[in-house]
Amino acid sequence: MRRPVYLDHHATTPMDPRVLEAMLPYFTEKFGNAASRSHAYGWAAERAVERAREQVAALLGAAPQELVFTSGATEADNLALKGALELYTQRGDHVVTVATEHKAVLDTCAWLERSGRARVTYLRPRPDGLLDLDAVAAAIEPRTVLVAVMAANNEVGVLQPLAELGALCHERGVLFFTDAAQALGKVPLDVEAQRIDLLACTAHKLYGPKGAGALFVRRRDPRVRLAPQQHGGGHERGMRSGTLDVPAIVGFGAACALAQEEMAAEAARVGALRDRLWEGLRSRLDGLVLNGHPERRLPGNLNVSFVGVEGEALMMGMRDLAVSSGSACTSATLEPSYVLRALGVHEELAHTSIRFGLGRFTTTEEVDFAVETTVRAVERLRALSPLWPPAGAPSPGPAGAVAAGEPGP
Amino acid sequence: MSAWSPAVLEHFERPRNAGALDPADPDVGTGEVGERAHGDLIRLQVRVRDGRIAEARFKAFGCGVAIAATSLATERLLGLDLAAARALRDVELAAALALPPVKIHCSVLVEAAIRRALEDWERKQAGPAAGGPVNADEEEAPCR
Repeated sequence: MRRPVYLDHHATTPMDPRVLEAMLPYFTEKFGNAASRSHAYGWAAERAVERAREQVAALLGAAPQELVFTSGATEADNLALKGALELYTQRGDHVVTVATEHKAVLDTCAWLERSGRARVTYLRPRPDGLLDLDAVAAAIEPRTVLVAVMAANNEVGVLQPLAELGALCHERGVLFFTDAAQALGKVPLDVEAQRIDLLACTAHKLYGPKGAGALFVRRRDPRVRLAPQQHGGGHERGMRSGTLDVPAIVGFGAACALAQEEMAAEAARVGALRDRLWEGLRSRLDGLVLNGHPERRLPGNLNVSFVGVEGEALMMGMRDLAVSSGSACTSATLEPSYVLRALGVHEELAHTSIRFGLGRFTTTEEVDFAVETTVRAVERLRALSPLWPPAGAPSPGPAGAVAAGEPGP
Repeated sequence: MSAWSPAVLEHFERPRNAGALDPADPDVGTGEVGERAHGDLIRLQVRVRDGRIAEARFKAFGCGVAIAATSLATERLLGLDLAAARALRDVELAAALALPPVKIHCSVLVEAAIRRALEDWERKQAGPAAGGPVNADEEEAPCR
């Protein structure tokens, strides 16, 4: 078992060795520029890119021509939001999104507002992290261009009802954009069944390389058009100029092909490990609060507040685990996780939160080690804490009574 | 974030003088600083005997550096006379723990806790009517 045990798969994933193997020739003998039309080096690179495009498209239920390769999900988010708002000025100037979106969406929305390009409505999800469809319906205005709702949240793993959101947006004649960086390859996505018009994703969250991502842009019913945000050469049908990173794109395709084949089995296995982690923690510790919906979440996600123990101290106390915290102790702002705050989690509890992210290569042994390590650190730090046991509650009660619920199978 | 200094890890892993003294004891001074909503709350207590710090205890809810700095402070306080205890400065703690600039606030908070604890003890000596621990009643710089 390699230490620290990596339980931060929402940040990034280790590359699958099979992905690396697929990529390697494109660094060396197959080094051509996919835009070179005049010789075999270019043709080979172009073939590889087009094969990858098919592999990514297949995982989304999309047509290959509907994909624009980018450097990652952040660029895809920028292209979707800025590109749509620039092109659809006739139709309107309003965006509906959610307070729990990734910063790649929120910061882009803030820029659209600041530069006078759009007005943005930020919806607050329910305490379990799910979006209320009625709130979305009520927020759509005559001048709304686009609704942006992420598929799976990067902190609490909550899965939004994409099909219902897609149907609603389609019915109201507004574009439905989803950032699926965390969801791709972990839960089924289908741009047709879910009526998604724009979808951003990235390779490194599903065991592919960093540096490759894609934006799905619907071609029919409706045909979505975007103003390009990067010019110079007209690559990717003019939507994203710049020489393609062929090895990374090949890796992205290979990662998607693997996910398509293994996703169902992997989700069941990783979900069972996540449940084992949660059961292990709550059978031995009181005062745990599960953040986010107990069932509608990514199989590998567990976000827990440990009452009375500050998150950064807890991470220092379990340096054999690579996890992350919603604590703000080292961030530039005083605020703890804005995602947890938007869910209505009290500031103090947000400071005590730890995000565990399990993945493809996580083992039972690692999960059991994580339980042991976490329990030991929490008990030790609670003995030092002036907030434990909680005032007015000499026996804080079993975790089940405090927790919002438990993850499903 | 870079790795922590050996001194931070040492005090974090083996905190000195963790625990509590009876805040109602006339020889005990209690200082509480920080704000739980900001992710830090430090309670530092001293027992003064014959003009010296005879005992020191702490409890801390906060980042690992806040815990380490409070532990170090209790260690330094033990045996000091009151003048020396009042003169213990955050910069000494920060230097001993090799704190990065982003964590200096933790040691500042600990110095405030020491000051509050000594003030509480002094108030108790002034008369029984003035007793009671001093709590965080003014805005403290959060530990970050």
